Amino acid sequence: MTNTLKNLTLKVWRQDGPNTSGSFETHTIEEITDEASFLEMIDILNERLIEDDKEAIVFDHDCREGICGTCSLMINGQAHGPERGTATCQLHMRKFSSGDTIVIEPWRASAFPIIRDLMVDRSSFDRIVEAGGYITAATGGAPDANLIPVPKPVSDAAMDAAQCIGCGACVAACPNGAANLFTAAKITHLNLLPQGQAERYSRAEDMVETMDSYFGSCTNHGECEAACPKEISIDVIALMNADYRKAKVQNRKQLSRT
Amino acid sequence: MSSILDSKSPEGPLADKWQNFKANEKLVNPANKRKFKVIVVGTGLAGASAAATLAELGYQVDAFTFHDSPRRAHSIAAQGGINAAKNYRGDGDSVNRLFYDTIKGGDFRSRESNVHRLAEVSVNIIDQMVAQGVPFAREYGGMLDNRSFGGAQVSRTFYARGQTGQQLLLGAYQQLARQVGQGGVRLFNRSELVDVVVIEGRAAGVVVRDLMTGELSSHSAHAVVLATGGYGNAFFLSTNAMACNVTAAWRAHKRGAFFANPCYTQIHPTCIPQSDDFQSKLTLMSESLRNDGRVWVPKVAGDNREPHLIPEDERDYYLERLYPSFGNLAPRDISSRAAKRAVDSGQGVGLKQNGVYLDFSEAIGRLGRDTVAERYGNLFDMYERITGENPYDVPMRIYPASHYTMGGLWVDYELMTTIPGLYAAGEANFSDHGANRLGASALMQGLSDGYFVLPYTISNYLSEWLNKSVPDTSHPEFAKVENEARDRYNRFASVGGTRSPDWFHRELGKIIWDYCGMERTEAGLEKALGEIPALYEEFKKDLRVTGGTDGLNQTLEKAGRVEDFFELGMLMCRDALDRKESCGGHFRAEYQTEEGEALRDDDNFAHVAAWENTGDPMAPNRHVEDLVYEEVHFQTRSYK
Repeated sequence: MTNTLKNLTLKVWRQDGPNTSGSFETHTIEEITDEASFLEMIDILNERLIEDDKEAIVFDHDCREGICGTCSLMINGQAHGPERGTATCQLHMRKFSSGDTIVIEPWRASAFPIIRDLMVDRSSFDRIVEAGGYITAATGGAPDANLIPVPKPVSDAAMDAAQCIGCGACVAACPNGAANLFTAAKITHLNLLPQGQAERYSRAEDMVETMDSYFGSCTNHGECEAACPKEISIDVIALMNADYRKAKVQNRKQLSRT
Repeated sequence: MSSILDSKSPEGPLADKWQNFKANEKLVNPANKRKFKVIVVGTGLAGASAAATLAELGYQVDAFTFHDSPRRAHSIAAQGGINAAKNYRGDGDSVNRLFYDTIKGGDFRSRESNVHRLAEVSVNIIDQMVAQGVPFAREYGGMLDNRSFGGAQVSRTFYARGQTGQQLLLGAYQQLARQVGQGGVRLFNRSELVDVVVIEGRAAGVVVRDLMTGELSSHSAHAVVLATGGYGNAFFLSTNAMACNVTAAWRAHKRGAFFANPCYTQIHPTCIPQSDDFQSKLTLMSESLRNDGRVWVPKVAGDNREPHLIPEDERDYYLERLYPSFGNLAPRDISSRAAKRAVDSGQGVGLKQNGVYLDFSEAIGRLGRDTVAERYGNLFDMYERITGENPYDVPMRIYPASHYTMGGLWVDYELMTTIPGLYAAGEANFSDHGANRLGASALMQGLSDGYFVLPYTISNYLSEWLNKSVPDTSHPEFAKVENEARDRYNRFASVGGTRSPDWFHRELGKIIWDYCGMERTEAGLEKALGEIPALYEEFKKDLRVTGGTDGLNQTLEKAGRVEDFFELGMLMCRDALDRKESCGGHFRAEYQTEEGEALRDDDNFAHVAAWENTGDPMAPNRHVEDLVYEEVHFQTRSYK
């Protein structure tokens, strides 16, 4: 069934650049069908702004299928809005009611500087992956795929962690601006698999320390898990911590041998 | 018509060509590789895998992406899987069979030698991706699982739940990230290619725009690889991501690269039907759903009862009826047209009567809800989020949408375009899928090009340039191209009209969809070729871009992409008009069998049409590359 929402008030964060101050701008949406997605509502608003000779609201978005992780937005103080396990681009207006006031903000975290309006810079995530979020396997030298059997439960658990879309909702939701869920998801994905064992401890150490140089510390609030559009379990953080501790001992031992 | 196109297919029997090429290609020794710089534009499957592998080999690589991170490329959205001729099921698969299925699936319009190579390296791709840690689905014994896919009678598709593209892209991204971390690749994110620089007939570099500052900059290299995806967004509504565009390929075309078979576009049969006029994109539901879902419509037009109230004998399971041996797994073009016929005849379902049912009740009865949830759970959830309907209880509604483009920059066997030193990889080239791509073959081709083809073929070109100087960015041509790009953006910003770039894109998309979509006619295409230039004139006079050219301006970015779609749209229609036959995704209503299937004309059209830019988008030159089949014999494609 299609319904029409009436009289929505949007308070949208506008900010010219990383070093200027920003403020909320208020817009009214008189009418919109609940079949529309949240971002389609912003599209419509942007068309109206251009019509009024104003600059469109800048926001990141791309696939609109909940998989690329480009979209963001704090909606009424919740990362990706009110629907659990759903990225902003998959959020639809049927989750709102007529007369609602909707506050739309960018991710707020010191490791994610605001570029403009609702767009932030998340390249610090790339730096964490560059530090060790891979398996060194140069092209061409791989053995037959079935030579590396992976028990189904292990493969499934690795896949649960590997689903991370790198959107940054975990950081935005965390009161400390910590990136532990993101980093732990990547470490868990690779450290559970037999292929990932050779670099298991160097990976844990390098990625955690790179993470620490950009982001805040984890104090087990659990907000990250609640905000994650892929519902990645906070258990991965325990796994990361265990591997990091072991890494500190093991890597030192190996160093003493050389 | 004489052909100036040399496919450079190696000598020897088909099965030996790739081996022969590798045995005879020119190499660059490891110490010399670092003297060469290669620019890779685009960081999807093809781009990321090419950039990572070239850097591993020792080349200096500069990688450009217009996303904030390489991990965002639209390869990530592929759901169903990736084909490989592993024959792990022992069900009769082989390199030859994958080769043949791909040629047949492409309706005998692809180059034999390229397709055979693709089938050969498919097995290496799976090995490589597993070694990199891609968590493919496993059986309890720990071995890899497979599923079947449209257009094949063997199970050769590897998958990672419904997120295979995501896992493969993250695998390639990780390899790229490793190289970025180690300094092998310089990564330029949020940087969009705005032109290709050609000096003395060879690709000398690119001009890019920093999307955050609006600054234009020049970059020179020994070779340039475009891995910039397809042009499905020409239709406006498609399953492509919002930012997907043709600009890189189109700019190369305008600088001299031939554009091949632009009318070969694939319409995917299983997407969620449009719900409103302001809809921004369509969402694909993986083709793998057709393994267990049954497609049907009410037998009687206009029957708007709830689906569960329509008794079995009043339903038309039209795919099972028309194509008994492939049934619901009939290839994409055939399934799409069948859905269109059902909707056009008034049997469509849903409020707007613009869809057909994809029903899982039989599968849930046979396998149980849990098994169905394990196979398709995330797709069902996605469907429910978008439509508000639960597919465990009511059948999904689906309808075809633009999804993939088989056409693209013409490339030879070595993936080089008609501009020496300029390569095209992945969906951006035209090479492997002929007139129709089989499911789970796009990921295969992207990774094949990037991991296993380009790294071999590029040395064949580079070796000639060893210790010779190539122009750097101080060459006046770079400044000239930069100025042209600056003028172009200034022009958009200063039109001062009344319509946004999106408005024009939507209108353009409607024309292309109506006349150059699932079914094309001579009259329709002629009409489109009148309407598109008229709308383009209006675009030039009535465009409104707010905000300036300095700094971040998404409206300005969009204007550039839309302008390129205008010119491409004209070429798509021209190509469709001149190809007086039906084949694969190109269906001309005038050329069909009595049963409404595509009617090829092998005597006159067994060739690639490669278009040369003349400066006038309405009057391009058509060149042909004849498709010579040594192993395969033409057959009428039948999936009955």
